Amino acid sequence: MDLNGIIDKLECDCKCCHEGLKNEVTGGYAGDLLSDVMANSSRGDIWVTRQIHQNIIAVACLNDLSGILITQGAIPEDATLEKARSEGMPVMVTRMPEFEAVGRIYHLLHYREKG
Amino acid sequence: MKRMTNNVSGSFFVLGRGFDHAGEVSGRLKKVFLAEKMSNEIIRRVAIITFEVEVNIISYADHGTIFYHVDNDVITIEAVDQGQGIKDIELAIEEGFSTADDEIRELGFGAGMGLANIKRFSDTFELSSVPGQGTSLKCTIRTDSTKMDL
Repeated sequence: MDLNGIIDKLECDCKCCHEGLKNEVTGGYAGDLLSDVMANSSRGDIWVTRQIHQNIIAVACLNDLSGILITQGAIPEDATLEKARSEGMPVMVTRMPEFEAVGRIYHLLHYREKG
Repeated sequence: MKRMTNNVSGSFFVLGRGFDHAGEVSGRLKKVFLAEKMSNEIIRRVAIITFEVEVNIISYADHGTIFYHVDNDVITIEAVDQGQGIKDIELAIEEGFSTADDEIRELGFGAGMGLANIKRFSDTFELSSVPGQGTSLKCTIRTDSTKMDL
């Protein structure tokens, strides 16, 4: 599944880098501690977080994540989107709380073929 | 994917409290190692270690320099900073221990995982410090090593 598939099902908006929505999502990671995400996320993961400052772009790029989903309706800072554009890292936002967003994404990635 | 590389080296200056720039050095170093055609696992370990080293300098030092060097199968990353230093190194390495202030924590740093991550993703790890003066860190990664627990 690519990021487009997740956007369709999760009622979220893409704030940056629409061209990256074709990125394949191979898994996911949720967290707001950057060291935790650095050490434990994997290439291709979608990262679900409440953090909005520009350091999240560096972390996502270093780990080759597929995209960042910001939860709870939080609005990414301008500097975050500017950096995301320069790196080509898709940033999406949803009004859902982190728990619900993660649950839905997990279901999409693991059970979508079973309906 | 592994490639024998000799004498690839360089250094980066890092300014304390420059949180907006956190990750820039790690990103540049990642590109260096991509160009050297290192494996994804080795590049990931280098990126994680360098990111944590960079964030530590930004968070706790006035300024510092990160050096990297590749010689045959060994990547060496060293950091020397001038700043507050570390009073109790054993304690500082323990996961969860942190002296970070609120500003650092609000940005998602300061969870006490940085030094633990550096140690975890290195093959060798040395840390020394003089409180009130600064900290030196040296770690190596063998390009032929695989850390099964990562």
